[in-house]
Amino acid sequence: MTHQNNDPIVQAQSPLSEAWDMFIRNYAAVAGLIILALIIIGAAFGPTLYPTDPFEMVWSPFTPPGVDGFILGTDYLGRDLLSQIIYGARVTLIIGLSAAIVTVVIGVTIGALAGFHRGLIEEILMRITEFFQVLPTLLFSMVIVALFGASLPMITLAIGVVSWTAVARITRAEFLRIRELEYVMASRASGTSNWKLMFFVILPNALPPIIVQSALMVGSAILFEAGLSFLGLTDPNVISWGQIIGSNRQYILESSFTVTIPGLAIFITVLAISLVGDGLNDALNPKLRQR
Amino acid sequence: MAPLLKVENLRIELKTRAGIAPVIDDLSFELGQNESLSFVGESGCGKSMTALAIMGLLPDRIGRIASGKIIFDGEDLTTATEARLRQIRGNDISMIFQEPMTSLNPVYTIGEQIAEVLRHHQNLGKIAAHNAAIDLLNAVRIPNPKSRVNDYPFQMSGGQRQRVMIAIALACRPKILIADEPTTALDVTVQAQIFDLLRDLRRQTGTSIIMITHDMGAVAEMAERMIVMYAGRKAEEGPVRQIINNARHPYTRGLISCVPHLMSDPSAERKELTEIPGIVPSLQAFGKAQCLFSERCGLASERCLTERPPEIVFENAHKSSCWHARNPK
Amino acid sequence: MDFMRVITTRLFYAVILLLAVLVLNFTLMHLAPGDVVDTIAQSMGGADAEVLEKIRIEYGLDKPFLVQLGAYIGRVLSFDLGYSFYYNLPVTDLILQRLPATVLLVFAAQILAMIIGVVLGVISARRPNGILSNFVTFFALFGYSAPVFWTGILLLIAFSLNIQWFPVAGMRDVTVEGGFWIHFIDVLRHLVLPVVSLASIFLALYSRLARATMMETLGSDYVRTAKAKGLPDRQVVYKHALKNALAPVITLAGLQFSAVVSGAVLVETVFAWPGLGTLAFQSILARDTPTILGILFFSALMVIIGNLLTDFVLRLVDPRMRARG
Repeated sequence: MTHQNNDPIVQAQSPLSEAWDMFIRNYAAVAGLIILALIIIGAAFGPTLYPTDPFEMVWSPFTPPGVDGFILGTDYLGRDLLSQIIYGARVTLIIGLSAAIVTVVIGVTIGALAGFHRGLIEEILMRITEFFQVLPTLLFSMVIVALFGASLPMITLAIGVVSWTAVARITRAEFLRIRELEYVMASRASGTSNWKLMFFVILPNALPPIIVQSALMVGSAILFEAGLSFLGLTDPNVISWGQIIGSNRQYILESSFTVTIPGLAIFITVLAISLVGDGLNDALNPKLRQR
Repeated sequence: MAPLLKVENLRIELKTRAGIAPVIDDLSFELGQNESLSFVGESGCGKSMTALAIMGLLPDRIGRIASGKIIFDGEDLTTATEARLRQIRGNDISMIFQEPMTSLNPVYTIGEQIAEVLRHHQNLGKIAAHNAAIDLLNAVRIPNPKSRVNDYPFQMSGGQRQRVMIAIALACRPKILIADEPTTALDVTVQAQIFDLLRDLRRQTGTSIIMITHDMGAVAEMAERMIVMYAGRKAEEGPVRQIINNARHPYTRGLISCVPHLMSDPSAERKELTEIPGIVPSLQAFGKAQCLFSERCGLASERCLTERPPEIVFENAHKSSCWHARNPK
Repeated sequence: MDFMRVITTRLFYAVILLLAVLVLNFTLMHLAPGDVVDTIAQSMGGADAEVLEKIRIEYGLDKPFLVQLGAYIGRVLSFDLGYSFYYNLPVTDLILQRLPATVLLVFAAQILAMIIGVVLGVISARRPNGILSNFVTFFALFGYSAPVFWTGILLLIAFSLNIQWFPVAGMRDVTVEGGFWIHFIDVLRHLVLPVVSLASIFLALYSRLARATMMETLGSDYVRTAKAKGLPDRQVVYKHALKNALAPVITLAGLQFSAVVSGAVLVETVFAWPGLGTLAFQSILARDTPTILGILFFSALMVIIGNLLTDFVLRLVDPRMRARG
């Protein structure tokens, strides 16, 4: 009796749903996602629900958290810390996301071009990448912000311009690998233009590590912005978590909660992003998982 | 004469996501002094696991010897301590693996990797071990051994690396050499060289060889006796010539007929290339109380589907585990 | 011979990179609205246009851009980084005064992070689900996600203000008297908290990578061969596996130098560590162009040297690197 069956031996699942399944199984990643969602909701609706002006002096300075009806207390100028945190969340998330977008756009473009073309273009782009790798990132951004003004767009640009090398490296590595694969050769042999090859054939397959790195870039952009605003290189009309720490720093002898709490906020946000990034990594690069 | 290696009712279990599976199910065989035995079967039939079990190298948390005995030179290896097993490994029983490209440590010279096994087991000093390594390179026919002994693996080809592996394995003059698909990753011409080398070395040293392969051609070249494995069980065992001429298990017959025949006259009529329909059962299906080959077998009868066939013995210790062993056609 | 060729090529590239850094930064400073003369004017309490123009001519700020650039590069090549209008010192002196402190901080942090990272990684690789391994994962997330200046402040509050084990700020205690070793210990005491803060980020990265590469190495074919040789466990792990696992960690460390220098700037601010970071901050605010350029130059130099050292160490560890050149 011979085996006669035309059913496929293994049921295939779409890669997207497979990735989602893996992601869901990772409790830490899901926790991170939930925390992020909460932060985003808090940033979006917080000011409506808690309309205290973060710049207004509402009580005596350094009121500890929980006292006099102030959940998080007040800072060195007597301003409500909770509302500062809520408003700061918006800035953090906006800059984090925009800077990450700038980083990824620059990084993917350069990485793709360097990985796809050979010869002179590749050499030049690689040298440029090396150059930006060597540049001390924070110092350079400090210079840009100090020279060209500390507006939100400028800060975003300053962060994006120095952070793209990691994304470029990964993109280039993926392009180098994929362009040698057979289906790309086949596509080329049938006359597809370089442009289409890069964006419609290679790039979609190079996405998993790029996506993971991009997620992590949001986290690092947030940390970067926190550093800049800690040093005071930020828009003075805007409250940012790093800035709260920076301005309250001289008073840690009197009260430590004014620096501890905003730092905690940054930490939790970046942690959530890292967890999600890790989860994405496990979900999208399954072969590394199966050890 | 007592056999060098005697495996009795060996059962090896693997932990899989779907539960525990018997990757080797009640295996028994013997290996004598200066004998050449070959394990044949398709991927996943458990032949490599047998070798790892003998060496005590089953993957830590995943595999274990559930029951049975492995008696080497009078000693039961399944109850031996890890320290005792380490004394035996590389020394009395050696193993070479399938992937010569990745089996050598990339950051040490090949001389160092050969010398280290001599220093450890035979307490040779540094210089003595180094010189012995050069001699061994010579024995495995690597040209210019004096200069190559300081090369790194990445400076050598696959065939050369496999020779280095053989040198390491035979350095301490083991009683048994286990070769797990030693030539699968190599070119056909290199394969022939490696087989020649192994045969010659065996003649010189009297080492017994257990060769694991899926290639019937390799079996015919290297082995005196063969054991055909299927789904963790022994399907057939016996002298190679005898089995090739008259196989008593439908799976073996299938394997033999799968080997393409090179015709001396290209225009002569060719025998049709056959295949064994179906695929090997997955690990989850191992261990069932039936003949595991029955689903792919042309001779399958009611009994095959409900009872596990016993081992029937024929002349010259030719054994077959099939309900139809007496009339295999 | 080959080795010399590689070193010269590397040095050549390094010089080109440094030149590029100079050109870029000079251009940037030039593009920005306003210049150092405006700052001087501010500190003078305002001045009229004529006076400002005279000052500009005096400092050669009215010449065309390329001429200024060329002149600047020429001076740098003769080790003259210009003069700081703000601090009234030659920039070279100013920077050399503070460079050692930053170098100490940066390299100490990298080395500490690497050593501890590898140790933790190796130990937790043997028991991937054990307590230590989970600790490494947790600690890694903390170290990486917490802003370095916040970590520094927390450590400061905990160990300087509350428990008072370590000094609060600076690199030295001026009141300490004594010989070399007394001063050495003094600096060391001041160094602990800043280094630990800075290292925490990278320790997280290195230990995770070390654990991952170690696990991969332990599962590799050549480790299987080593076990098949009957070698004792310790030899298999430390001789065969470890050496292979080091290379990626060292490579990563090399790539992180730029980030370490950035982190150092923030840590220096928190602990008032007298290095380039604090100098940078002040001179950026003051628009002290020569000093800013000098600092950017030197920090790029630090990163490049760090990369070269890393390359060198990598060659020692992995013979395949030697072949590639």
